[in-house]
Amino acid sequence: MTEPIEKPAQNPVPTDDAPAPTVDRAQYVVCAVLVLVGAFLVYDALNLPGGFAKVDPVGPRLFPMIIGIGLLLLAVILAIAIPRGSKGEADAGEDIDPDLPSDWRTVGLLVAIFVATILLVMPLGWAITGALMFAACATVLGSKHYVRNIVIGAVLSTASFYAFYSGLGIPLPAGILDGIL
Amino acid sequence: MLDNLGWLIQGFEQAATPMNLLYACIGVLLGTAVGVLPGIGPAMTVALLLPITYNVSPSAAFIMFAGIFYGGMYGGSTTSILLNTPGESSSVITAIEGNKMAKAGRAAQALATAAIGSFVAGTIGTVLLALFAPAISRFAVTLGAPSYLAIMLFALVAVTAVLGSSKLRGGISLFLGLAIGLVGIDSLTGQARATFGLPQLSDGIDIVVIAVAVFALGEALWVAAHLRQKPAEVIPVGRPWMGKSDWRRSWKPWLRGTAYGFPFGALPAGGAELPTFLSYITEKKLSKHPEEFGKGAIEGVAGPEAANNASAAGTLVPMLSLGLPTNATAAVMLTAFVSYGIQPGPTLFDKEPLLIWTLIASLFIGNFLLLVLNLPLAPLWAKLLRTPRPYLYAGILFFATLGAFAVNIQPLDLVLLLVFGLLGLMMRRFGLPVLPLIIGVILGPRIERQLRQSLQLGGGEWGSLFTEPVAIGVYVCMALLLLAPLVLKLMHRSEETLLLVEDDKDQREKAQA
Repeated sequence: MTEPIEKPAQNPVPTDDAPAPTVDRAQYVVCAVLVLVGAFLVYDALNLPGGFAKVDPVGPRLFPMIIGIGLLLLAVILAIAIPRGSKGEADAGEDIDPDLPSDWRTVGLLVAIFVATILLVMPLGWAITGALMFAACATVLGSKHYVRNIVIGAVLSTASFYAFYSGLGIPLPAGILDGIL
Repeated sequence: MLDNLGWLIQGFEQAATPMNLLYACIGVLLGTAVGVLPGIGPAMTVALLLPITYNVSPSAAFIMFAGIFYGGMYGGSTTSILLNTPGESSSVITAIEGNKMAKAGRAAQALATAAIGSFVAGTIGTVLLALFAPAISRFAVTLGAPSYLAIMLFALVAVTAVLGSSKLRGGISLFLGLAIGLVGIDSLTGQARATFGLPQLSDGIDIVVIAVAVFALGEALWVAAHLRQKPAEVIPVGRPWMGKSDWRRSWKPWLRGTAYGFPFGALPAGGAELPTFLSYITEKKLSKHPEEFGKGAIEGVAGPEAANNASAAGTLVPMLSLGLPTNATAAVMLTAFVSYGIQPGPTLFDKEPLLIWTLIASLFIGNFLLLVLNLPLAPLWAKLLRTPRPYLYAGILFFATLGAFAVNIQPLDLVLLLVFGLLGLMMRRFGLPVLPLIIGVILGPRIERQLRQSLQLGGGEWGSLFTEPVAIGVYVCMALLLLAPLVLKLMHRSEETLLLVEDDKDQREKAQA
């Protein structure tokens, strides 16, 4: 710590003297998600295969329809509210620096690592994939001790493999290390 | 009454075997260790540690859970006292005075009053739970399907509309949760709904995967986007202890805090924010040292911390007796119960009395162990707060993956984990509350089944839903709950709200000073 430590956030509640309401256009992402999910539910409900016994007066269609239409309505309401300055309060937390601009590059890299994990976990096995995943995540998050990252990852993944295998009776995939572990 | 006491003693016999006590210790230690890590609240602690309880017997799992539950809660208060940036809204108030005390060199006393206050509140809360839950469930058994439906709907509306600042955003979360809950085979007709034709989805999406994704992965991704370059300063601490005057100043706030916390926790939309806040202003008014408030008054830690813990015990009342989760931690616990094949609800006390009393006994034991283990270990927990952040969040991602993957050992679960993790990230970015989503996932399918079965029994008459007095009463309450804010607005803000706002501002100024 060479620089003086910045004052930790004294106050978790944002102060009142925020600038005049600005429009948070990124919220249209939420609208899009709502429309997508809502439309899918309605479509799925309308295409339920028929021919099933009618056992109750409501049937399996009512709930997906209500929820789907509800989502579409909420999307409309939000779309009207956004230009009027309606904004959600982003989550605060211990390690969050709200003054920093969002670092979407790190998030993107983490998601990429996650996708790789999904693809590799069965062929390579948990011990290897888990170790690589931990090391990669730690590196992306800013830890420059590359060797230490991989060592910690290897210890964690091997330990969890054995703990789940012998302790809990859950066999995680061994992958290419099958027979060695 | 006596009957229950007998069951409780049997519960203690079940829970207090050496093996189970070992599980309890592991639970408390793990719960505290994970709960103390910055950025991890009690709900996330329980979600992350769920897989550990998979293959042990239900009673061992319960006692471990009790430890994790109280350990996670206590860990959170340690973080807010030593770091001053509370991870969740219920410990915001604790942080105000607690961190001031720590800065003034009284961290040991702040931690002690928090720990002992939590113990007192937790014990009283568990006693009240043991008294009320069986009675409520006895009453609930007499209720018909329409009343039960009404109560579930009430919980849904209450959690969405009352908690959180924006009803619109609460509603969005709720409906997204309901949508997730739809996935799978329809219980009455056997038709697959919203499964994308994937057979793995026909049993629905495993709620463990959803909880871990939304709490752990969503949080880790959100923090990754804003990671503080220099971690906040941790105040070093020795073994917690309190002097005579600290005890004198603490015991009344503990009891008053408990009195605030428990009823709020037991209500469907009580939450912990309001009782901790009420406890804080009460202590400030009653204190003989009002000048210390804002500079580190011990009453301001003792009261809210007790209120927070008592409210947590209170949430177990509707969860055990009605099967209604009212906060995120209870929702995750309910999930765990279901995964052991136990369905919390009115019949639970009749069907599985031994199991449920073992759980209640475990809560007493876990609470006690927490006090015994954590006072000496506090310096160690304080060290955990210094975990380098890259390792901390890489670790959270690692264990989230492990937890979700271990449920069924299928990569599809990891795909779902990622999808819902991104949803969790979106929710944090746009201020959508997480609780209504989780409650929607859990209650949605049960509401649908209840509604369709009551209609089946009522011969398809919608009017049959309004035949029971309890159901009508609940619907009236629901209407009042929804209309009350409107009426208040029409009355040009009642005096009460003005008072609250004023006090809030006052506090912020003090916190900033």
